[in-house]
Amino acid sequence: MGRYVARRLLQMIPVFIGTTLLIFLMVYSLPGDPIKALFGDKAADPATVARLRHQFGLDQPMLTQYWNYLTGLFKGDFGQSFTGRPVADLIGEAFPVTIRLALYAFAIEVVIGVALGMLTGLKRGKFVDQLVLVLTLIVISVPVFVLGFLAQFFLGLKWQLITPTVQDSMNLGQLTVPAIVLGALSLAYVTRLTRTTVAENLRADYMRTALAKGLPKSRRLGVHLMRNSLIPVVTFLGTDLGMLMGGAIVTEGIFNVQGVGNTLYRAIQTSEGPTVVGIVTVLVLIYLVSSLVVDLLYAVLDPRIRYA
Amino acid sequence: MPEKTTVNPGAVAGPGTTGDTVDLAAPGVGAAAVEAAGGPANKPRSLGQDAWRELRGRPMFWIAGALLVLLIVMAIVPSLFTGADPDHADLRNHYLGEPQWSHLFQVDWFGYNKQGQSVWARTVYGARASIIVGVCVTFAVTVFGGLLGMLAGYFGGWADALLSRITDVFFGIPLLLGALVLLQAFTNRTVWTVTLGLSVFGWMQLARVMRGAVITQKQSDFVTAAKALGAGHTRILFKHILPNAIGPVIVVATIALAGYISAEATLSYLGIGLQPPAISWGVDISAAKDVLRDAPHVLLIPSAFLSITVLAFILLGDAVRDALDPKLR
Amino acid sequence: MTTISKTADVPRRGTDAKDSGPLLDVRDLHVEFHTRDGVVKAVNGVNYNVSAGETLAVLGESGSGKSVTAQAVMGILDMPPARIPQGEILFRGEDMLKMTPEERRRTRGAKIAMIFQDALSSLNPVLTVGYQLGEMFRVHQGMSKKDAKAKAIELMDRVKIPAAAARVSDYPHQFSGGMRQRIMIAMALALEPDLIIADEPTTALDVTVQAQVMDLLADLQREYNMGLILITHDLGVVADVADKIAVMYAGRIVEHAPVHELYSNPAHPYTRGLLDSIPRLDQKGQELYAIKGLPPNLLNIPTGCAFNPRCPKAQDICRTEVPPLHSVADGRGSACHFWEETING
Repeated sequence: MGRYVARRLLQMIPVFIGTTLLIFLMVYSLPGDPIKALFGDKAADPATVARLRHQFGLDQPMLTQYWNYLTGLFKGDFGQSFTGRPVADLIGEAFPVTIRLALYAFAIEVVIGVALGMLTGLKRGKFVDQLVLVLTLIVISVPVFVLGFLAQFFLGLKWQLITPTVQDSMNLGQLTVPAIVLGALSLAYVTRLTRTTVAENLRADYMRTALAKGLPKSRRLGVHLMRNSLIPVVTFLGTDLGMLMGGAIVTEGIFNVQGVGNTLYRAIQTSEGPTVVGIVTVLVLIYLVSSLVVDLLYAVLDPRIRYA
Repeated sequence: MPEKTTVNPGAVAGPGTTGDTVDLAAPGVGAAAVEAAGGPANKPRSLGQDAWRELRGRPMFWIAGALLVLLIVMAIVPSLFTGADPDHADLRNHYLGEPQWSHLFQVDWFGYNKQGQSVWARTVYGARASIIVGVCVTFAVTVFGGLLGMLAGYFGGWADALLSRITDVFFGIPLLLGALVLLQAFTNRTVWTVTLGLSVFGWMQLARVMRGAVITQKQSDFVTAAKALGAGHTRILFKHILPNAIGPVIVVATIALAGYISAEATLSYLGIGLQPPAISWGVDISAAKDVLRDAPHVLLIPSAFLSITVLAFILLGDAVRDALDPKLR
Repeated sequence: MTTISKTADVPRRGTDAKDSGPLLDVRDLHVEFHTRDGVVKAVNGVNYNVSAGETLAVLGESGSGKSVTAQAVMGILDMPPARIPQGEILFRGEDMLKMTPEERRRTRGAKIAMIFQDALSSLNPVLTVGYQLGEMFRVHQGMSKKDAKAKAIELMDRVKIPAAAARVSDYPHQFSGGMRQRIMIAMALALEPDLIIADEPTTALDVTVQAQVMDLLADLQREYNMGLILITHDLGVVADVADKIAVMYAGRIVEHAPVHELYSNPAHPYTRGLLDSIPRLDQKGQELYAIKGLPPNLLNIPTGCAFNPRCPKAQDICRTEVPPLHSVADGRGSACHFWEETING
């Protein structure tokens, strides 16, 4: 097990470097000059531009810039935004909000998704199954930003159950609707995945054995069926946390949540290279760590998987 | 399925039904009898024929198919559906005009937006961008991802290790995020730029699915047999492995197509996809969000069309998956 | 639907006498499955009984209803789609079909246990064998986790699994096929039930292991004086361990007899066909006999004797009238109109 973890950690290094390099190259080597953009429509003084370019290291070769960034990272230095603020500060401000929102969404999708999936998997073909199936299909088909506007229009404007936008980004109550919108798509996937695996495992021979052993229903479903059915669901959930953080761009924009998505979106629009790279770096780290955790969890849940 | 009751006598020719031996494997007849109606899974008929037979019997397939044909016709010849010009703006008379639900297919059927443009006309013309981006991205990622996955799965070894790590690198960046950063660099964005942006970050799933399918097929007896007969790599890959590995790829691609349409709309909504003179559901929804309070129909109509298009592709993908993979039924 | 006359059934003593009567007595059992394509009549009036210490072998091909009958006895049929429109399953004189689901559950595993064919798929892949064995004691006897584990080790010893204490925390996939089937047997034995139903317990195993597992099962049966219903297709196995045999075809018992009488003198053309199609050394070089045709479609069972389309002796009466179970001798019956000709060769 220890060796497996070590190997997986080693494997993460090239992926981390590759992903951050990819983002770095996209942000800095594609057409469009971020320094000129700082001046907007005003004509820029060439000397000032040159000075700024030097200050941010933009006059150095691309790979040197990347190397400087990478070494800075290990000291916890994410660099400076073009407006002069340390990127680490921006990250420190925005991430707590988004992590809160994403975990909230995650909790909703796990609890409701698994429960609905179990229910429909057990009642396959019945009315409640068909109903939930149609509902998940609708949720999957409606893009998140449309779902967001629907929630905002009906809950916020028409029936006035919530404020149309979030006033306090750290208030869990106000984050409820944004979290539901953010987690809705994954919730539908979790429901369908759980339903399929439950229905499949229900027909498994070992479930017949459990019945023949005279086990009560609670134990047959709660222990024997659950343990097997949750394995693929856990795999899905692992990669999903990273996706939720990425999906926050849209949801946070609609509900005006002051988190990573909003900050990142603004940074992309204003060509704030250091901020974009910094935030995406953290997102990539979260993604890598959560997929590692899933792999380990998978091996714990399914003894047939060997740490090869 | 070790046992088949003779519900479908013509099709059943599997082992175990010859009936003239004493070797009688027989677990519960009940489950088998219930399942046997779908026919055995290992018929010698081709996968395509089998899938088509399955598909024909599914109402969902026909509903999705009819919707898609309608949408594709709409994308190709929008003038069939509306005589109005989607760009014609009449601010003075039609600012946020209410829908006239009884005026079927008329200019003011779904009212007007804040520029005084016909919402119905813009919605009809908006189908084109969605369909083009969806189809082209799917084509690009299926060819590119499929090819990479095929090579990685078939040759294994260092090629697999390298290609898998590259896949991992791209997987680290969510589709929407990668496309946002990439597209931001382009000042003039067309459907082709958006297609490029989504393709660059959309191929990994297809590559993985293809890799897995190829690895499964590579270990099958008919590939070993082909190798023993001296068939070359190209022949084995395209003649023997690809036809058998393509099933799951088609399924994933169809469902992914729905995702790309949704992603295009999202990018356009965020202002980093298609830009205003272009007509796209995402652009129109983005413009309508400011008037959500006063004229929700301007936002809801294109949203509904977008959702129905995505739904149609998902239904199609679901139907194809069920047809190709009977055990998931 | 015609039911088989019970006149020729194995003689029964007073059914009220719980100690002297048979342990299990299945009477006129019918099971049908409701499917999209119609009603599948899987079991059509089966009668059989087993006493303590006795082994009944049930023989038949795919779809003959032998497994469905066993599952009905066990109470593990999925209902729906299955339905039991008619019949009684008397266990120690009490009709189990009239029990509440909870009473029924308590008998499963404790009074009647079942061993399945494929131990790998029948054991839960993600739970240790110790857990799955111990579960019997924890659920039925409320034993603590620790005690249950000790019991599990004891059981594994009992079925001769080497190094039981070390292997109790292993998962099913870590055992060989034969060892897995021993674990299934241990699980069935756990609460020392009165009756064990073994559904093709050795079919999935290597030939060399089959004999070991069968011997173990037979030894344990003797030791605990249990009734055993052995569902199998292997006529060789049957000869060694069974006391009596019931041959099933299309959901009916077509012949039942003490094991040696059935072997030496089959009273039904189907049984004769089965016996003739066993390869024998003294027939080397000759073509092996095979029963013609296919097993019947249970949605549409042939009229008259269900075996008539495949029977070499079929006459007009076979196509119109269902043969009753004729009494052939004491404890012997045959559902053939021409049993007398058949038994005389």
